[in-house]
Amino acid sequence: MLKKISEYFTYTLLKLEHGTHLADAIDFFVYDTIKIFLLLSVIIFIVSTIRSFFPPEKTKRILSHKKEFIGNILAAMLGIVTPFCSCSAVPLFIGFVEAGVPLGVTFSFLISSPMVNEVAVVLLFGLFGWKVTAIYIGSGLFVAIFGGLVIGKLKLEKWVEEYVYQFHNGQEYEIVKQTFKERLQYAKENTIDILKRVWLFILIAIAIGGFIHGYVPEDFLVRYAGPKNPFAVPIAVLIGVPLYANAAGVIPIVYALMEKGLSTGTVLAFMMAVTALSFPEMIILRKVLKIPLLGVFVGIMTITIIAVGYLFNLIL
Amino acid sequence: MEIKVLGPGCPNCSMMEELAKKAVKELGIEAKIDKLTDIREIMKYTISTPGLVINGKLKHAGKPLPTLDKVKELIRAAV
Repeated sequence: MLKKISEYFTYTLLKLEHGTHLADAIDFFVYDTIKIFLLLSVIIFIVSTIRSFFPPEKTKRILSHKKEFIGNILAAMLGIVTPFCSCSAVPLFIGFVEAGVPLGVTFSFLISSPMVNEVAVVLLFGLFGWKVTAIYIGSGLFVAIFGGLVIGKLKLEKWVEEYVYQFHNGQEYEIVKQTFKERLQYAKENTIDILKRVWLFILIAIAIGGFIHGYVPEDFLVRYAGPKNPFAVPIAVLIGVPLYANAAGVIPIVYALMEKGLSTGTVLAFMMAVTALSFPEMIILRKVLKIPLLGVFVGIMTITIIAVGYLFNLIL
Repeated sequence: MEIKVLGPGCPNCSMMEELAKKAVKELGIEAKIDKLTDIREIMKYTISTPGLVINGKLKHAGKPLPTLDKVKELIRAAV
């Protein structure tokens, strides 16, 4: 069906000749655009509806006094479905600690949340197929679980700001009740809102795929981070750590890097570094974490992401 | 009427404040709108910001933000 629409647009409406490069590119562009926007609308709507059942208050309750390991796995998965605004990282962190969520478990939650994101998942799926997508979700969860476990084992509670431990309102927060109709309404609005914010990035990503396909010359990046360089992964990750973009914004860059011939593991590691570690998030977390703990956090994340990148370059 | 917007300060929090102000203005209601940015104050109500408290009761918490119509409805219900 979609194929027909894009062919109609390209060959009948624009009257382009079959087999020319321009016609192929436009055909591909129209097809991918429709496919990805359809997918995005459906998936964001479903995810938003699921999310309305997992407000942070409920997640906190589920994770409170959970044992490590099981707690880390649960936290990493809840990180995907619990919606939270970056600005609530501080109250959320304090609330978790106060409710007896172990420090490492709290970190698993904070790590997985920005990294595995529905927009990124749909785009990866639409542009690179299910295999790359599954790898990204799996390794994102792994990095969150493993990073949280290590932080938990290191017993770094002393490097959390003291005032965090002085919160003792011991309060069960109320969860604003929603009817199912209201949940769907929120989900619909949220879908429109997200699409409004990301459509341009997505068009750019698809355009890179459609028009520059196979025409990107080898250059700087390939020379320094191409498949032949054994240090490609750490280089890509170290470039990615200080960069910051949300998962949707990074996709055009990811696409371009793939087109330039970088290995999948290298590119996914780069994407994780960009989304999981960000300067604005560090500034927010600095309010509850002392600098050594922030340093350990960034260090563990960087090393784990590099390891994951190498692993995928090996097996793919 | 007392309205409190809970938000440590990010674009979403400012948007929530704008929504509250606009809703009050459009409804033509007398209301005092305070913005709480202190974590301790915020955590008396919720751990997920941005939040909206009307007459001491939490009416909205976290993302996604409510629409203007929804905020109006919440305020009207509390009059």
